[in-house]
Amino acid sequence: MNSSSGPSPAVPAPIEQPGTSTLLTADRSVMTDPGALGRFGGFGGRYVPEALIPACEELEAAYREARADPSFQSELTQTLQVYAGRPTPVTPAARLSQELGINLLLKREDLAHTGSHKINNVIGQALLARRMGKQRLLAETGAGQHGVATATAGALLGLDVTVYMGEVDTQRQQLNVFRMELLGATVVPVTSGSRTLKDACSEALRQWVSQVDEAYYCLGSVMGPHPYPWMVREFQSVIGSEARGQCAGLLRRGVPDVVVACVGGGSNAAGTFAGFVDTSARMVGVEAAGGAAMTDGSPGILHGFYSQVLQDDDGQVREAHSISAGLDYPGVGPEHASLGSSGRVEYTTATDEQVLEAVVLLARSEGILAALESAHALAWIIQAARSGDLAAGSTVLMTLSGRGDKDASQLMGLLA
Amino acid sequence: MTSPVLSAPGAVQQSLLRRRAAGGKSLVPFVTAGITPDWTAYVRACAEHGADAIEIGLPFSDPMLDGPVIQAASGQALARGARIADLLEEIGASGPGAAPGSTGVPLIVMTYSNIVRRHGDEAFCHALAAAGIGGLIVPDTPLDEIEPLLAASRAAGLELILLVAPSTKPHRVSRIAELSSGFVYAVSNMGVTGVRDAVSDTVQRTVDGVRQHTSLPVLVGFGISSPAQAVEVSRHADGVVVASALMRDVLAGASPADLAATVSSFRTALDGTDWSAAR
Ligand SMILES: Cc1ncc(COP(=O)(O)O)c(C=O)c1O
Repeated sequence: MNSSSGPSPAVPAPIEQPGTSTLLTADRSVMTDPGALGRFGGFGGRYVPEALIPACEELEAAYREARADPSFQSELTQTLQVYAGRPTPVTPAARLSQELGINLLLKREDLAHTGSHKINNVIGQALLARRMGKQRLLAETGAGQHGVATATAGALLGLDVTVYMGEVDTQRQQLNVFRMELLGATVVPVTSGSRTLKDACSEALRQWVSQVDEAYYCLGSVMGPHPYPWMVREFQSVIGSEARGQCAGLLRRGVPDVVVACVGGGSNAAGTFAGFVDTSARMVGVEAAGGAAMTDGSPGILHGFYSQVLQDDDGQVREAHSISAGLDYPGVGPEHASLGSSGRVEYTTATDEQVLEAVVLLARSEGILAALESAHALAWIIQAARSGDLAAGSTVLMTLSGRGDKDASQLMGLLA
Repeated sequence: MTSPVLSAPGAVQQSLLRRRAAGGKSLVPFVTAGITPDWTAYVRACAEHGADAIEIGLPFSDPMLDGPVIQAASGQALARGARIADLLEEIGASGPGAAPGSTGVPLIVMTYSNIVRRHGDEAFCHALAAAGIGGLIVPDTPLDEIEPLLAASRAAGLELILLVAPSTKPHRVSRIAELSSGFVYAVSNMGVTGVRDAVSDTVQRTVDGVRQHTSLPVLVGFGISSPAQAVEVSRHADGVVVASALMRDVLAGASPADLAATVSSFRTALDGTDWSAAR
């Protein structure tokens, strides 16, 4: 992968001359429809009890139908525009670019309603749930961002919402518990296992089994049994397709040299990469060093899908620990496992310290308070610019997946 | 090709068929491996007090299909440092009367897909066979993903027991019945394992649906909590799997002798019922 292909200005200009070249690569076979079995390379699939198979099949059929229905698509687009604040802008980070010697563009998912990209997926799934005649949304949440987004969509469409959240997380993220309840959702603390996100996922799946006729499971990332990894990527691909068009207007070469996003389950990254996978752009996914399924994991089956999983040599799943609750998931979406094994996307990590530095730097140089999750992507960019891994003058598009208001009290303690 | 189809019925199926031929109903108790240091004593207690086969749960950190009791039982085993290889060794350890594998009652392992995949489908199945295990249940590997496991279990001579849920569509039921060996496991309700007050009325429909496609024994599990419930579902089925009701007691401190008494009470209730009017 060559990050410095094509002429780059010696002094980075925040905005390049608009151009037409998009540097398409030949390979359009990646990030497409994973078929009836939901396979991405060898990864993905549908590892759920027989009891859930009809629900997964019904969901897949309903989604395929909705996806092909112009009225569903236009309602989705319309709702994202008039309610969720789309399109989100791409902001040239002028002062930070100057400091790093690169040309950094930020895709501003922090400006979407509820403060992160999670709303893109949730609006799509909630509209689908209503179309399927379901009365209730079930969701798992870690930090609470997906839970808040689901509670929001439930309020918008008049659907009941129950959110499963690890007991440890309900204590760490009391503000988001309150927000969900304020929005009319019921938050159920999960007390099994490590009492964090992975246990909340297991519990949501268990509850789905027993309420499968009335309830719709609104999964929060590109994970779970087929069709979730595909469907969630499709709903999030609005990030990548908007950014692709915006880059075409901002960059002389039309596409950035490098595209970067943080990876927890991998939904903002998958949505971003989908817009650039057929270009020559180098693509980088950044995980939390303490929860890096792509870097430290091995192939395994968790929560209904086959992918890279943090586990011991006996097959017991390990817990992820990082500064950002939203990246503390021991697995990663199966499409990332496939993109990583084919080499199309590089996966790397950022440490808690690097993340804190990135948050402060972005706040002071651009006036943007990033979510700790999103700051992982920036932390890598900062290290790579300093080390020369990112050549001087490279154009870099980073998805800023969410805003950091939710992290303010945690930061107060960490930066004191 | 290394996967010969089982020609003769395996030990699990034979044991259940023997019970059926004698006009009785099968009892398959469940024990979480490693739940206590002397967990194999619970297995022996089951073997000696009327079990037709015994299900041994190999613990997994994220048991998606289990309710609070089996979750806690698995968690307790893992907190004790249970390792799969050690548990299998304890099952297979020789010594007259000491090893559950030597009691003559066929053993079935129940575990999750990741445990199998992590050890390798073939290596795992061979390790089970070497430990004297006769059957295998992997509840989160559905029909669509069953192929590798089916080949590996056949190659190792294990009976791979498949599950049917109340929601399973007829075309899948027929395929599951065709591919299952040992017995067909009919899930009593749409839910997870656990102790329940009442048996769901979907049981009969599920069991009858399976019977249309196979002469294999059909056993019902998930939520069978009392001897009376065991009798009730056995009016339709060939017997029951009892898990949470037993592990709840063990978690609360029941001794192997206590468990033996509970298993006996299920056995007595099943044996004391006149089944000639059933089915
Ligand atoms: C702001 C933000 N970014 C990223 C993530 C990680 O999710 P994903 O990897 O699915 O984008 C989260 C999850 O809570 C989040 O809140």
